[in-house]
Amino acid sequence: MRLYFKFLSVHLKSAMTYKTSFFLSCLGHMLITTNCFLGVKFLLDRFGEIGGYTMPELALCFSVVLAASSLAECFGRGFDAFARILRQAQFDRILVRPRSLVAQVLCQDLRPTVLARLLQAAAMLIWSVRSGAVAWTAGKALVLALMILCGAGVFFGLFLIYAALCFFTLEGLEVMNIFTDGAREYGKYPFGVYGKGVLWLLTLLVPLALIQHWPLQFLLGQGPWWYGLLPPLSLLFLIPCVLVWRLGVRHYRSTGS
Amino acid sequence: MKKYLSFFKMRLMAGLQYRTAALAGLSTQFIWGGMEVLIYRVLWNAHPERFPMGIEALSSYIWLQQAFLTLFAMWNWERDIIESVKTGAVAYELTRPADLYGMWMARSMALRLSRWLLRAAPVIVLGCLIPAPYGLRLRVSPAVFALFLLSSALMLTVVCAYSLFVYALTFHLTDPNGVMVLSTAAADLLGGGIVPLPFLPAGLRRIAELSPFGAMQNVPLRIFGGDIAGVEIAEAMGLQVLWSAVLISVGYALMRAGIRRVSLAGG
Repeated sequence: MRLYFKFLSVHLKSAMTYKTSFFLSCLGHMLITTNCFLGVKFLLDRFGEIGGYTMPELALCFSVVLAASSLAECFGRGFDAFARILRQAQFDRILVRPRSLVAQVLCQDLRPTVLARLLQAAAMLIWSVRSGAVAWTAGKALVLALMILCGAGVFFGLFLIYAALCFFTLEGLEVMNIFTDGAREYGKYPFGVYGKGVLWLLTLLVPLALIQHWPLQFLLGQGPWWYGLLPPLSLLFLIPCVLVWRLGVRHYRSTGS
Repeated sequence: MKKYLSFFKMRLMAGLQYRTAALAGLSTQFIWGGMEVLIYRVLWNAHPERFPMGIEALSSYIWLQQAFLTLFAMWNWERDIIESVKTGAVAYELTRPADLYGMWMARSMALRLSRWLLRAAPVIVLGCLIPAPYGLRLRVSPAVFALFLLSSALMLTVVCAYSLFVYALTFHLTDPNGVMVLSTAAADLLGGGIVPLPFLPAGLRRIAELSPFGAMQNVPLRIFGGDIAGVEIAEAMGLQVLWSAVLISVGYALMRAGIRRVSLAGG
């Protein structure tokens, strides 16, 4: 962990040498995520509700997913760029260092996108909490924190699988975008809106609904209390992810360049 | 003209090499389109009277948008070109006996077309298989189809002319990243990428339709769905021609000025 923060501070320093460029990109990426939110707003203005949800409720849902995915990206960015690391045989260098593999891949670079998204998620969350859509109690606040943290865990698992697949294909698989970028994009609506099929798929196979749809029902007072306990269950997803990663590392052959 | 054509063919061939990547991208696009349609289906079931366009036109819009993504997506920047300007490698290109603007135009168009050729057909077929009214509607008259093709070609011209305008700006800026990200965001919102333009509030919708971004995906996709017809088509395509002309001339002038400065600096 200390190693990770060391890496992070190094990257932060290097980003700060080009301050204007860094902040401009931050601003730009904020615009892009705001765009996504504007889309929701325009639809809501027209229709009043989407699948029975109002603006503060959707903002809560969106901010949870955005925060979870950005946190995961903050730690797992290196896995996202893993195809490049493999092709340039940087992984050889990582393998020979006497530190944990995962910890080293974790922090390869710091992207302004992540910072922008985290800021935006925080803004939306604060707005939603103040708007009074949820009757907050200590328990509910805890569930919210669990949703974000466990959500970050699930997204991290997805990054790990993405990277592990690179060992076999040597290039990034665009299909995985559905689960990383796509899940963030489509997570702006509770997954139940998309219908039963999608909801069950995302509950049982890739447990994103466990950190979003089900606990959200509890927060909004529409589901039983044990829905609030579902987020930690989603962390079971990390087990197959780690296994695939291990399999990948064993399969690794250097490109030798 | 012949040299630009052969340059175009060269880039097209190169682009067609990435078949596995295309296959992967394909399923991604199909699922993204599907999720989008699912959301609008919920809205359609709840409040059909508040829709600014028919659900059939909207579904066709979404499926074609996924199929045509590589043709108009603003984030499809060519990093090579930007890098060549930044590092000065562009000097080599300047020694070629062809105009730089024409070369880059041919190159941008070829790259987008090659990606599109690999991806479009399967998405279109899959979109057609989805039952009505959520699938891609194919019953269009030959006249409308011809207009759709023509306006798609104009869309490609506007998109490439805009990209070239940004590449030309690179000669004058130290870091074009800001402009690029801003353009991507604007094109997404004002071009109908976030929601189709009829779903925007009235004022913003007007601005969007008149902007260069409204002359991109918005026009052919809505012609195909039957959402705009008659005089509206003429107006929209007129704007496409106008924006092509404006962007090409401004981009060309900017590039000229940029090149002159490069040579003054001694390369």
